[in-house]
Amino acid sequence: MKAAAFDYVRAATLPQALSELGASAGGVKPIAGSQSMGPMLNLRLARPSKVIDVSRVDELRSVTVSGDLIRVGAAITHAEIEDGKYELLRNDFMQYVASGIAYRAIRNRGTIGGSLAHADPAADWPLALATLDARIELAKASGTRRVRASEFMLGAFTTLLEEGEIISAVLLPKMGLTLRWGYYKLCRKTGEFAHASAAAAFDAQTGLARVMLGALDGPPAALEALAQSIAQHGPSAATPEAIAAGVANAMPNADAIDRSMHEATVERCLAQAFGSSGH
Amino acid sequence: MSSTEPTEAPIESGGVGARVRRREDERHLHGKGRFVADYTFPDLQEVAFLRSPLAHARIEHIGKPERFPGQVIVREDMHTATDIVADSSLPTYKPSAHPPLASGKVRFVGEPVAMCFASSRAEAEDIAEEVELDLHELPAFASAFAARERTDVRVHDHWTDNLFLDLKADVNFDERAKDAPVVVKQKVDLARQCMVPMEGKAVLAYWDHTQAQLVVITSTQVPHMIRTVLSQCLGIDHAQVRVISPDVGGAFGYKCVLQQEELCIAWLALTYKRPFRFIEDRREHLIAGANTRQHHYELTAYADKNGRLLALDCDLLIDGGAYSAWPFTIGLETGQALGNLPGPYDFSGYRCHTQCAATNKPGFLPYRGVARTGVCFAIELTMDAIARAVGREAWEVRYDNLVRGADMPYTNVVKKHYDSGDFQESLKRAAAQLDVAKWRRRQKEGEPDGRLIGIGFATFTEQSAHGTAVFASWGLPVVPGYDLATVRITADGGLEVRAGIHSHGQGMETTLAQIANEVLGVSIQKIKVVHGDTALTPFSTGTYASRSIVMAGGAVAATCRELVPRLIKIGAHILGETEDAVRFEAGEVVGATGRVSLADIGHAWYLRPERLPKDVDLTGLEATHGFKPKVDTGAFSYATHAAAVAIDTRTGHVEILEYVIVEDCGRMINPMVVEGQTIGGTAQGIGTAFYEETLYDENAQPLTSTLADYMLPGPTELPPLTIIHMETLSPYTEFGAKGVGEGGAIAPPAALFNAVNDALSPLGALVSETPLTPRRLLAAIEAAKAAAREKAEAAAEPVHEVIR
Repeated sequence: MKAAAFDYVRAATLPQALSELGASAGGVKPIAGSQSMGPMLNLRLARPSKVIDVSRVDELRSVTVSGDLIRVGAAITHAEIEDGKYELLRNDFMQYVASGIAYRAIRNRGTIGGSLAHADPAADWPLALATLDARIELAKASGTRRVRASEFMLGAFTTLLEEGEIISAVLLPKMGLTLRWGYYKLCRKTGEFAHASAAAAFDAQTGLARVMLGALDGPPAALEALAQSIAQHGPSAATPEAIAAGVANAMPNADAIDRSMHEATVERCLAQAFGSSGH
Repeated sequence: MSSTEPTEAPIESGGVGARVRRREDERHLHGKGRFVADYTFPDLQEVAFLRSPLAHARIEHIGKPERFPGQVIVREDMHTATDIVADSSLPTYKPSAHPPLASGKVRFVGEPVAMCFASSRAEAEDIAEEVELDLHELPAFASAFAARERTDVRVHDHWTDNLFLDLKADVNFDERAKDAPVVVKQKVDLARQCMVPMEGKAVLAYWDHTQAQLVVITSTQVPHMIRTVLSQCLGIDHAQVRVISPDVGGAFGYKCVLQQEELCIAWLALTYKRPFRFIEDRREHLIAGANTRQHHYELTAYADKNGRLLALDCDLLIDGGAYSAWPFTIGLETGQALGNLPGPYDFSGYRCHTQCAATNKPGFLPYRGVARTGVCFAIELTMDAIARAVGREAWEVRYDNLVRGADMPYTNVVKKHYDSGDFQESLKRAAAQLDVAKWRRRQKEGEPDGRLIGIGFATFTEQSAHGTAVFASWGLPVVPGYDLATVRITADGGLEVRAGIHSHGQGMETTLAQIANEVLGVSIQKIKVVHGDTALTPFSTGTYASRSIVMAGGAVAATCRELVPRLIKIGAHILGETEDAVRFEAGEVVGATGRVSLADIGHAWYLRPERLPKDVDLTGLEATHGFKPKVDTGAFSYATHAAAVAIDTRTGHVEILEYVIVEDCGRMINPMVVEGQTIGGTAQGIGTAFYEETLYDENAQPLTSTLADYMLPGPTELPPLTIIHMETLSPYTEFGAKGVGEGGAIAPPAALFNAVNDALSPLGALVSETPLTPRRLLAAIEAAKAAAREKAEAAAEPVHEVIR
């Protein structure tokens, strides 16, 4: 289980990385923390001719303010977010989500951009960032574009990313004191991928009102009716029936057991958002 | 009493019973251990195996890539190596011929078909990718039930069916069962799993021109047996083979047999006279090493109205996989299951039909607990089912059924001879420590978060250090007899202790030194324990079946004792006293006129022989002596595990709230090592109970080939354990010690499932299939709800238990 031979380039700048990526289409893969690509290489499931290491590209390693948004470089690691290394990211939600990703050893190297690009349906960032209505900045040699996090993931391990394009940053709304959030996942054991997960974010000031399910067959799904009715009528609107209806709508092919596990995650994530011990 | 929080500070030296700090930990904690992968040799060739992608197929053609002549080896190239065949005299047993590389057919996914070598593993894998493998797919058996039914398709073509073994026992069954007022049926299933040592298979071999010897450095529990079998399979003299087992990163039974890769690498080194190495990776382990635990039981218990077991009937099917391993064979698992199912219980009617089917999976290997994890799970779930049927506390019914301490030694329904112990006392102490009344109150009050609470117990015996009598009755290729130790006093009064077992986590570099310290009084800092090299140690069949502390420990004690009269003779002479006038005490010969230390005696023997008596014993200051227990059918350790759990009925998550172990392994050489073994084993038992499972599709394709799919318990899944020791000495062993290496892994599935079923009792749901995934737990609840609805409609008989 050793990787087939490939060339390795450590990019110093984003333009260099993008030009390397654009130069030899198809056979080139970007790599950052290597927590998904590494195993894929070793299992020989991914066989690029060249790997561009972007983990030390300055533009991908900074956290800055960009207008109303916080711009998080794609090569920021989960551990850096968990530890509150960047003041702009010192908030409960981001730190809470980061601290629950896999194991510390993985968090030490794994990056927010890498996790999004890999697009595992059971991963944390695709769900968490879609729930926050974050934007994702995609860069290629010809320019950059921004897409909604909730639209970035198309299916399991499939995203909007085009040939020669990488995730350069995640753009987060500033999270104020009025934000109420919940994040709950079921894992068979500490650090495992979730088999059911849910996130909720409500902010009266910005009008954000989202409840989303993760760990589905495809991308996270929004429980829009449920979120709207909670936004209008408060948490009491989240009756077991309303939750069950939302879950059934989001995962029509699931069996009763799967649905019941997801219902429990929604219930508990809402309890976290609105409970007495809330945020 | 002790718990996973250390209660007593470890000490640096001491004899039997002392909490001596493990000496081997220093190098491991500093990353200075030496494993097979750590060796470097000039020109070392790394080997990658091309493994079968199909579970059952005829090999039509293997095409070697033209670019790499000579770097690809197939079975037909290995004329000088035989297949691996392990015979057994057990009735009905059919041996399998296990080729070092597949020949004619492949019989499981991951079976090595060709081996490729290059200067790095990656390059060797590149070559393996270019080998053309043309397979004609055959129907594959993913299920032992399917394999048992069919005779037209066979895993081994020359057999007439797919059964390795078909054993029956009947002891007074009809007579004892016929009037039983309570009849309880219980079905239990254990999943197939892997052993997942941190270090998988690892073997390096080279030809030593100076010794004209094949040197095989391999991660094994049994270096002397590997030497024996390699010399047999390669057709060379024993003297031409040296086996070194360096640091071994966990074994658990995976490494107590000849691995086909060991034979392959040894053959390469012998043939090409170059160094070759193979290191199994995790994916190979999870695919080709998925080989243990899978038992399927249907039991019927016959009891009186109080739940006293009168007779037990069992149908057991074991999924043996494709091949029967050398030397223990699949007969070990099957025979142990049949013989150990009655467990610690006193009953006299027994009927058991045990079959072991060949399937298209890796061959079944003995894993920590060998068969007893399965039989404990089976009988302990049955015991709780009896308690439910008669409406009593499960632990009380269990108590009434256990063999009583007053009846020891006790010979049970299948003639297992329990040497000593008080099973009931261990259960009573466990119940007291857990505080049954406390949990019953809490159950009644209900949890604020709505979770359901349950408690469960499991009591078991652990047949340890079973020897010649047992193995000879199975007629295996190697039968363990006496274990030997060599002890040498050095010129400065230190000791070299050499034993043929292997220590890979059992702490024997410490405990064997403690035994030598106990007899000869030498500080353990001055004792060097040597093991794991056939050139340096006396023969032993090795470390397995919780035998080493009894066998090698006994040999060390006996050998040290043999030296004492020689020390007295020399010491008395140096003192100028008669031998009768002196005594040996705490490492010194003590007389009326003074004391002579071991260092004085060593100095005299090696360096100043003029100081020795004229008629000194010329066998000198070293001895080799053997040990065998007075009765070698096994020193029976035992324990009770008790658990309290909380179940989240919405998510299927189970939390272990409390876990108590009351164990008795006779005299503990080092209680800290006993606790370490117990904790490690219990972690694996929790893995069996809740997490570990190799899944296959209908074509026997493995679906759990990485650790993302195959779940292992980690530190957060292991609850704090309360461990209480009892010490009932075995009458048959040195110091009264009994083995304890496996016990921890035996009872957790039984205790935890009983606790879960206790918690589920308000819902009428029951679980009996490992591992208990959230989905299985929720499915059981759904099934109970559906059954309740049906029952309400039809007022049907309860399904699980019938009182007649």
